[in-house]
Amino acid sequence: MSIIQTLEREEVARVTQGKKIPDFAPGDTLVVNVKVTEGERTRIQAYEGICIARSGAGLNESFTVRKISYGEGVERVFPLYSPILDSIQVARHGKVRRAKLYYLRGLRGKKARISEKTEVEAELAAAPVTPAEAAPAEVKAEAKAPAAGKKAPESKPAKEKKAEKSE
Amino acid sequence: MRSGVIAQKVGMTRVFSDSGEHVPVTVLKIDNCQVVGHRTAEKNGYVALQLGAGSRRVKNVSKAMRGVFAGAKVEPKMKLVEFRVPADSLIPVGCELLADHFVVGQYVDVTGTSIGKGFAGGMKRWNFGGLRASHGVSISHRSIGSTGGRQDPGKTFKNKKMPGHMGHRTVTTLNLKVVRTDPARGLILVQGAVPGADGGWITVRDAVKRPLPKDAPKPGKFLNPGDARPESSGPLPPPAILAKGATAPKTGAGKEGAEKKKAPARPAGGKK
Repeated sequence: MSIIQTLEREEVARVTQGKKIPDFAPGDTLVVNVKVTEGERTRIQAYEGICIARSGAGLNESFTVRKISYGEGVERVFPLYSPILDSIQVARHGKVRRAKLYYLRGLRGKKARISEKTEVEAELAAAPVTPAEAAPAEVKAEAKAPAAGKKAPESKPAKEKKAEKSE
Repeated sequence: MRSGVIAQKVGMTRVFSDSGEHVPVTVLKIDNCQVVGHRTAEKNGYVALQLGAGSRRVKNVSKAMRGVFAGAKVEPKMKLVEFRVPADSLIPVGCELLADHFVVGQYVDVTGTSIGKGFAGGMKRWNFGGLRASHGVSISHRSIGSTGGRQDPGKTFKNKKMPGHMGHRTVTTLNLKVVRTDPARGLILVQGAVPGADGGWITVRDAVKRPLPKDAPKPGKFLNPGDARPESSGPLPPPAILAKGATAPKTGAGKEGAEKKKAPARPAGGKK
């Protein structure tokens, strides 16, 4: 591993100490708690909106959150590992078919809605398609979302679940 | 005046300060930078330290240079540089300079060879405007235009900016702030860009135009031959110097184990 990669990993580990960055993807509704310094004191301000893009990798990763504020679209780009981010909460997983949701910029109101990802879909997304790898992934999925894990029996391979969904 | 060091440019990355600012840094690696010789007033008419860095296979070193390295009892070096120093701050031959020769927060001047651009036209080399895209201009849209007067002065002045070779010259960047030092790995992180390509040899000296911090080691921070190398002190501390209120640095409680655990978990989460 090159020196730069090592340093970047160390920096990621240092910045994320005592902090957990949740798994989220474009389409998810996020509540980003941002540290705001006003003069002497620091407070936390929540910024809630839809994540429309994630870009970059490693230490340089950032994400864009879009919301409608007083009828005006507002987008903010946060570096994923910025120390000004107090925490990120995922309020809702959205079902989208794009990695970049820039089309939302041209849409308003009802058309700019994103339907919620159901539990089965979330599980499928988390589990790999190959049956050989299905078992550990299910354990992972269960650990993440215990409610979702209860529904699917452990031995059921991922392919069957897919069939179940299509029915 | 202290000696400088020879380093290699590794590349650029970023660090975050506690106040949330992101700081672009260049990583410089000090690779086996040892004192190879002295230049003295009696013998050479001036006083300087000859430093060498990097390593070179013996078969690729000329016989004459092999003798020089053997006399100093050091491994053959890739790069040799002299640094003028006062006679009282010579460092013994064979000593190895360390990254904490420089103090975090101090300013340094960095000299390197800029990336060669080859034969470049006036627009790229001197930011000339070129000629118009239309209105009768043909073939000479990127030409430099006029180069002088008419019968008087009857010549083109010397040093007229013209096309020619660009880049690959010695460039010094002044007053770069040292953000971190890591003596165990021989790394110096300076804020901002440094001339040259990744992997290029550069020299780092105390800034000429800024005062040297009082706690800077004099005549330098070095290892005598045979001394134990500095050990890794775990993850690097946050760049406290960058926080405006100079907050106390957090201790690196994570240590190596936690670091390794976290590292592979992150890309998996990033993929999603």
